[in-house]
Amino acid sequence: MKFPVQTSPHVEADASVAGVMTTVLWALVPGTMAAVWLLGWGVLFNVALAVGAAWLAEALMLWLRARPFRPALMDRSVLITGWILALCLPNLAPWWLPVVGSLFAVVVAKQLYGGLGFNLFNPAMVGYVVLLVSFPEAMTRWGAAMEGGAADLSFGQAAAWTFAGVLPGGAGFDALSGATPLDQLRMVVTEGGNVTAMGSSIWSPGASWSLWLNLAFLAGGAWMLWRGAIRWHIPVAMLVGVSAMSALLWLIDPTQFASPAFHLMAGGVIFGALFVATDPVTASTTPRGRLVFGFGIGVLAVLIRSFGNYPDGVAFAVLLMNLAVPLIDYYTQPAVFGRKSGPLSGRRGES
Amino acid sequence: MPDARVSVSPGLFGFHGGLHVEDRKAPACDRPIADMPLVDEYILPLHMHIGAPAIPVVQAGDRVGRGQLLARPDDFVSAAIHAPTSGTIRAIEPRPLPHPGGLSAQSIVLEADGEDRAAEPFEPWPDYREKTPVEIRSRLREAGIVGLGGAVFPTAAKIATANPGGVETLVLNGVECESTISCDDRLMQEDPMAIVRGGQVLLHTVGAERCLIGIEDNKPLAVQAMQAAIDRLAAEEDERRFEIKVVPTIYPAGGEKQLIRSLTGIEIPRGRHVTDYRMLCLNVGTTAHCWRAVVEGRALTERIVTVTGGGVSHAQNFRVRIGTPMAKVIEAAGGYTQGVDRLLMGGPMMGFALHEDEVPVVKATNCLLAMRPADRDPTPPPQPCIRCSRCAEACPADLLPQQLYWYSRAEQLERAQDYHLFDCIECGVCSAVCPSHIPLVQYFRHAKTEIWYAERERAKAEHAKRRFEFHNERIERQKAEREAALAKKRAAIKAAQEKKEREEGGETAAEDKPAKKASGAAAGMSIEAARERARARKAQAQQTRESSDATGSSERGGADKGEDE
Repeated sequence: MKFPVQTSPHVEADASVAGVMTTVLWALVPGTMAAVWLLGWGVLFNVALAVGAAWLAEALMLWLRARPFRPALMDRSVLITGWILALCLPNLAPWWLPVVGSLFAVVVAKQLYGGLGFNLFNPAMVGYVVLLVSFPEAMTRWGAAMEGGAADLSFGQAAAWTFAGVLPGGAGFDALSGATPLDQLRMVVTEGGNVTAMGSSIWSPGASWSLWLNLAFLAGGAWMLWRGAIRWHIPVAMLVGVSAMSALLWLIDPTQFASPAFHLMAGGVIFGALFVATDPVTASTTPRGRLVFGFGIGVLAVLIRSFGNYPDGVAFAVLLMNLAVPLIDYYTQPAVFGRKSGPLSGRRGES
Repeated sequence: MPDARVSVSPGLFGFHGGLHVEDRKAPACDRPIADMPLVDEYILPLHMHIGAPAIPVVQAGDRVGRGQLLARPDDFVSAAIHAPTSGTIRAIEPRPLPHPGGLSAQSIVLEADGEDRAAEPFEPWPDYREKTPVEIRSRLREAGIVGLGGAVFPTAAKIATANPGGVETLVLNGVECESTISCDDRLMQEDPMAIVRGGQVLLHTVGAERCLIGIEDNKPLAVQAMQAAIDRLAAEEDERRFEIKVVPTIYPAGGEKQLIRSLTGIEIPRGRHVTDYRMLCLNVGTTAHCWRAVVEGRALTERIVTVTGGGVSHAQNFRVRIGTPMAKVIEAAGGYTQGVDRLLMGGPMMGFALHEDEVPVVKATNCLLAMRPADRDPTPPPQPCIRCSRCAEACPADLLPQQLYWYSRAEQLERAQDYHLFDCIECGVCSAVCPSHIPLVQYFRHAKTEIWYAERERAKAEHAKRRFEFHNERIERQKAEREAALAKKRAAIKAAQEKKEREEGGETAAEDKPAKKASGAAAGMSIEAARERARARKAQAQQTRESSDATGSSERGGADKGEDE
């Protein structure tokens, strides 16, 4: 009897790329729900628009590149890109902002590099940075959180604002706007004021929304860790990097630099550590390399926040460290079997 | 009792990574070993071990008895082959091999006469303790003993790599980590004494002080039987050198280096022998055959083969004569079931798929695994690598398969070697955990082959270049030698002439002149002739050089032209 021939092993993983991506998508749900609750319906529009645009952009690029649709569209990675980008955008963003960001992220940062697995930079962060640089005004349309702010808008009112730029009663945008803690910090610093009070302001009732939001993201992160979709190295190293760098600056001059607690809680640090920096394609792959990669992002993020022109630095820090990944991977290879310099290995068995 | 576990021995060191593979040893592991009935024809490939192919010592038409030598080892690393039963040599001809590439190779074809008449050529040595290690080693070599765990490395050569008295620990490998194989499990249950006795022979041969027997914790009956055998020897002969080490069930715990690391914490680097670390590791089946070869004087003519998988009707272990066609073994196991579409030699992780079942059972055949699509995990098409590193977390060699894949795929082979491509043991764990379902091991095998090919080509080009340079040098040297000889000759003639002139100086001018002319003409002619000869030689040399150039470049083939300069 004759048989067709296949190479070993004849065992297959029951895991799949789509499975990993689905875990991440579920992990984004609690944070997104908290964001909608705290920051209003605008967040949901952002997510819907960004995800939809990302998916269509992927389909379009696959068609242009003459690639099969099914595997790439079914792996769900593009949904994550759109979703993560959306969660970085201001809650009162106009409708085209998530769309443009998603298009750039998917078309340029992902598909032009060769699609999933071949992109050098985190696509969501590329989209975000492009928006930040190109549309600085639209990117500052943060509505105040919780009661009395954007969360008070009804679904219809929020939709009217997002798609038509109309607020109820013809009110101006200023009626809803509220500076983010990082914007406030930047203002105080540029005015030469003392930032000592900022550290505690993050815990004040008016700003406690970021605490709730971060807790929701942490819950999602815990789920991903438990399901094995991410490893602990990058998030932990990044948080350590943020703490270490901000503590250093804060100890040097507490009137000029915010406290580590403020840096950890404000802006995209927790979200970035769990959902952005952990993107496996653009992150380091070795255990030690992941520690270096995460730590580097943390340090750079604080430096950019403290000395750069933009209020938050997580996106820039991620992109900079993406560039360093091939180098990090090469120099952090684990010792190969039989080449470890331990007390036991490589030892000649002398009696 | 597939779920029963014994407790793992304390003080083990473990190893990095590994994979929990679903246990599929039942029902074969619960059934006793059956004797495979004799068949009409046996096919014995001359090359069924690591090393040089054996050299036939019989001819077509010879009548042979069971155990009679058919082919002798050709080299230090080579193994003898013996007749599995009595009969007539039909032919020595190329036959298909059980080989992933579906190759054929020179094989001895034996037509059985059904009498199974024994011609045991070896004298039993019940008093093996009085034999020297060298005598025992040559017995193992003559009896054709090779590693039966699947590697088929000649056991005598393996033992010989140890310095005299240089082995401290003998490790017997009864781990059997492939999820479908149970031939060692059954052997340990049914004939533990042969293994422990074989261990004693080996301890004596290499002068080791202790023997560790590694067994996975999913084989409680084997552990029990082996422990009983050890206890019996302890009671009867005060034998206290044996100790069973129960290791956790995780693939590839039975890899030689992984097992040694588990038991001793010592990692043996690539390119080093286990014996460099004062250890020797042998499979339990091999050990039992060492006992039979030395003490009972029997050659290796049979082995235990697990026949299993959803593709056969009655999974069981069989004691099969080497050379039996696999189709007959499958028949003995009740034949194929409906829908079988894959036949493996070995387990699901490292076994290779056979092109056909008309190939013989060889010394390496530990398992025949017949599969239907339903017995396998679905194989979705590969997707891009998302660099999730699950492969690196599972790699028992501590490699980074995702990087190796990247560089192998891009044919950046030097970079792949920087990432220690050649430390890959091809265990298949990375492929089996990959969520993108990339056949990683296949990429690595391909990359290794490419590198070997490039190295061979480079060596060839280097050789041709050296030959060419040597050839040029020789031509130059010959030319110089010829010129030197010519100059010497000229000087000699001139000297002779002058001498003659001086001697004839007193004679008359009339007499002198024609004589001088004649001798001058003779000298001129001889110079002319020498020049002619030199020219002819040069032309011939030129011709040789051109033809050698042609051979050189044709040998170089497609190699890098830069090497020529």
